[in-house]
Amino acid sequence: MTHPSSGEVIAKPAPSGLGRLLDHRVLLSIAVLAILPWLLPSKALAVNVLIYGVVVMGYNLLFGYTGLLSFGQAAFFGAGAYFTGIAIGRYGVPWFAAVAIAVGLSTCLAAVIGIISTRTRGIYFSMVTLALAQLVYYVALQASSFTGGENGLRGFTVDRISLFGHQVNFLDPVNKYYVLMAFAALAMWFQSRILNSPFGAVIEAIRENEQRARACGYDVERSKLVVFMLSGAISSLGGCMLALHLSIVPLDILHYQTSGMIVMMVLLGGARSFFGPFVGAASFLILEDVISLWTPHWQIFVGAIFVLFVLFLPKGIWGTLLDVLGIGKARR
Amino acid sequence: MSGELLRAEGIGKRFGGFVALEDITLSFAAGQLTSIIGPNGAGKSTFFNILSGVLTPTSGKLHFRGRELNGLPQHRFVHQGISRSYQITNIFPDLSVHENVRVAAQALAVSYDIWRNRARLTELHARADAALDAVGLLGKRSEFAKFLSHGQQRALEIAIALVSEPELLLLDEPTAGMGPEETKDMVALLERLADKRTVLLVEHKMKMVLGLSKRVVVLHHGRLLADGAPDEIRSNPEVRRVYLGQSEGYG
Repeated sequence: MTHPSSGEVIAKPAPSGLGRLLDHRVLLSIAVLAILPWLLPSKALAVNVLIYGVVVMGYNLLFGYTGLLSFGQAAFFGAGAYFTGIAIGRYGVPWFAAVAIAVGLSTCLAAVIGIISTRTRGIYFSMVTLALAQLVYYVALQASSFTGGENGLRGFTVDRISLFGHQVNFLDPVNKYYVLMAFAALAMWFQSRILNSPFGAVIEAIRENEQRARACGYDVERSKLVVFMLSGAISSLGGCMLALHLSIVPLDILHYQTSGMIVMMVLLGGARSFFGPFVGAASFLILEDVISLWTPHWQIFVGAIFVLFVLFLPKGIWGTLLDVLGIGKARR
Repeated sequence: MSGELLRAEGIGKRFGGFVALEDITLSFAAGQLTSIIGPNGAGKSTFFNILSGVLTPTSGKLHFRGRELNGLPQHRFVHQGISRSYQITNIFPDLSVHENVRVAAQALAVSYDIWRNRARLTELHARADAALDAVGLLGKRSEFAKFLSHGQQRALEIAIALVSEPELLLLDEPTAGMGPEETKDMVALLERLADKRTVLLVEHKMKMVLGLSKRVVVLHHGRLLADGAPDEIRSNPEVRRVYLGQSEGYG
């Protein structure tokens, strides 16, 4: 092992043009999202890809990069949506401030759930997040004077927004898409910043080897809590986008089935890859869209495809593609 | 070679009804290599885990550079200047060799910064490469750690422990699972390390321990059996009876 001169010095080839291009992953991702409405069959589908892409991206920080399998991400998705709707509908807060407040409050919720759940490990962590997220679901169900209960939250339609002094018709699908894309871009920039930061290195170390990370001097529990909050914050922004988009908040988005869908999307697209969540969200939603045209039992097919992915393409669509192109190692 | 670095005072550890360690009192001076030996189940690993904060002793006190370590969480031990390697290779398999060491160096500088670009923390990169150079792995810096040979992974783990510039380096069987060639390289590395810093070593390979150490501590059934220079240990009848006798060929 102490033969530095045994001829085994392997210099990695300089990153290819393609690999270097991926250094600008945020700009590239924004460019792809900018043309998405014209690639997909409907604008509504494109908006959903944006929204779920952001939710899953936030989740990827927790699951893909830190290795924590939470089954409760729907709580933050839902919290972002409900807080936005309540702030606008009940308190008349301007839409932009409502989004900021909603992300802030959802991050606090993530802190509470995180403090409890990050004390546990492995399957217990998954189960505690599931249970606490279901608790949030039942709170939303019971507190119907605030949340509308089973009927969902209504009555906060955002139809016009003013941007830099211009009145923009938010009901127009194209306008809506690009306003929401600005939020997605913000989330991507923030996520990329986290991944490149010193803290991004800490969460990867924790995923790779928790014991060693602790022995290196990292406070593993506190780091997990911080990443849990960051992940919740980003996913909650997706919830805010959903509320603005639909003008209602269906109770279902807090349900554990939504959490399950988020897990499926990240695995389908590729955990631990930057753009994978958007690819996963798009694949899932397109499959749902296409298959449900000819059978109401679309979940059977999506489920089967999901199983095939877990078995044969564990890196997901995007992760596998990057590997095939030989740039997966340069930029995960 | 000056002064006391670490003092263990009456350290005991129980797991339920089982007494793993009882009343261990030892003092370690700065700047020498000490080995801890003993048959399987003697309490060596338990003692190591206590010294590195993995376990909390049920009785006794630890003093390091005059500061009491009791009650300190494990992750703070590195910040105090105690760093360790594990008996079973313990690295970050899916990170590059360089990043394995860089992230260890980062632990002492910055943890929760989500804003700066870590690629620009150039001092940490340089320190990581220096530590890799010290263990002879600089040429492998871009490899994934999981693709290194067993011996290289052991060396990488020492680089991870070394990069924090510890005052006390705890090495738990650094040659475990190594062939003779790899062991020879590791011994050479340990000799270089022992020149500059305080090293505590748990080892099974008797010949190696006696050749390498300035001082040998023998544990048996959780108690201190002997403590002295390698020559004294070699001729100690008690030690011969419980331990060396089994490996006469090495001694």
